[in-house]
Amino acid sequence: MKKPIYLDNAATTAARPEVIEAMLPYFGELYGNPSTVYSLGASSKQAEENARGIIAGTLGTDPKNIYFTAGGSESDNWAIKATAEAYATKGKHIITSKIEHHAVLHTCEYLEKQGYEVTYLDVDENGTIRLEELEAAIRPDTVLITIMYANNEIGTIQPVAEIGRIAKAHGVLFHTDAVQAYGQVPIDVDAQNIDMLSASGHKLNGPKGIGFLYIRKGLKLRSFIHGGAQERKRRAGTENVPGIVGMGKAAEIAAKTMQERTDTERALRDHLIGRVLAEIPYARLNGHPQNRLPNNANFCFRFIEGESLLMLLDMAGICGSSGSACTSGSLDPSHVLLAIGLPHEIAHGSLRLTLSHETTKEEIDYTVDQLKMIVEKLRSMSPLYEDFVKHGK
Amino acid sequence: MYSEKVMDHFMNPRNVGEIENASGVGTVGNAKCGDIMRIFLDIDEEGIIRDVKFKTFGCGAAVATSSMATELVKGKSIQEAMQITNKAVMDALDGLPSVKVHCSLLAEEAIHAALWDYATKNGIVIEGLEQPKSDISEHEEDEEY
Repeated sequence: MKKPIYLDNAATTAARPEVIEAMLPYFGELYGNPSTVYSLGASSKQAEENARGIIAGTLGTDPKNIYFTAGGSESDNWAIKATAEAYATKGKHIITSKIEHHAVLHTCEYLEKQGYEVTYLDVDENGTIRLEELEAAIRPDTVLITIMYANNEIGTIQPVAEIGRIAKAHGVLFHTDAVQAYGQVPIDVDAQNIDMLSASGHKLNGPKGIGFLYIRKGLKLRSFIHGGAQERKRRAGTENVPGIVGMGKAAEIAAKTMQERTDTERALRDHLIGRVLAEIPYARLNGHPQNRLPNNANFCFRFIEGESLLMLLDMAGICGSSGSACTSGSLDPSHVLLAIGLPHEIAHGSLRLTLSHETTKEEIDYTVDQLKMIVEKLRSMSPLYEDFVKHGK
Repeated sequence: MYSEKVMDHFMNPRNVGEIENASGVGTVGNAKCGDIMRIFLDIDEEGIIRDVKFKTFGCGAAVATSSMATELVKGKSIQEAMQITNKAVMDALDGLPSVKVHCSLLAEEAIHAALWDYATKNGIVIEGLEQPKSDISEHEEDEEY
């Protein structure tokens, strides 16, 4: 199979060769369990602590505050459920937004069934929460604000530092799902008053099956996975040493290359958006025009449906996404696109293209050329387009 | 996810288009669910479906079932067309994923809606045909965005 043009880097990324190279010894000759006393185990322990140190450095915090997990969803589950449990005597109210990832939304829905109350904040047409609504939603029994750093579908970046300030002023804990943002934008957990932060390895050219939760020192969060004394007794289970090493390497490269890489991606992404909006009629950009992840473009094309679009793009060798991959099993359009106020029939025609450091201008130009033909083909067979042309509706 | 036949009918849909002054036109589904099918029938004096065209807004399965349904009714009598069920459409496509079965139901309904339009225009009764329940115009009146 010819190498596809991969524009679905928000779904997952290819691990960098340096990452794979760093991981390999820990599958083979350096297989020791980090919890053991002999030197084979000690080398695993050392590699793990090295990765922890790198990651802590990227967030401006102490390595002791980084807890490795199996990924973003586990980190979100842990942060939200453990906070709810630990602070239940203070109150049972949580604030989140309508555009969170399902790892947060479904965890909140689970807690609602356990007697917790959840406020789901609306977002504006760009997908940004309104700070005054957040502040007004805080009650004496509010224990947690969980708002994502940047949205996985439309790329909108939330005013995280302001949210942190509001949370701190009201004595409420603040968790952010930074799965899409980590490695793409600079984060400082102290300056931004972030109490907990979730991240995942495979979104930043690291391996799958590894992530971490940052927990501010002093928070009385209990263990989520019970068992051995790993991760300072807060997350049991023999560590995924190759994964941890790979995530550390990926985080190191992501931090080192951030400025240059995101400048290049942003320029290419803006070229993509510019061409699509100029050359394809009845197209719109979803998400904030400026405050968005540097590699994210999300469009709606009226009168056509997203899955057909993705299938024809795939035939042209282009990988994209319509809504989030997790949404594709359901028949409803994305909750994020509905939350920014799009009607159902327009939300059905969405396309997300997310770039990587390997994306080239030639690939973008080829994609737009193909997209123009595909959108035209699908419109030519769309009864909605026929009605629009004939009756203007 | 899809069979080769579904992919073929999606990539190269048969009978796409419109028929001017069609004998019967039926539109089913609604944009909220993400599927709309419109079928045009050209029926001669003998009650034979001489030509059929479709337009569809929807997923790959919606396009493929529309295409296959038009192939199955082309050249058939009205009574023969009435016998074509969603299962026949699915079988002809070598099956559909379970979440897409509703697309084949929509294709059956679209044929019935076009036949209902023909029957209404000509003041005739087609045995076994009931008024289509999911016509797009009804939905548009019901739902305000």
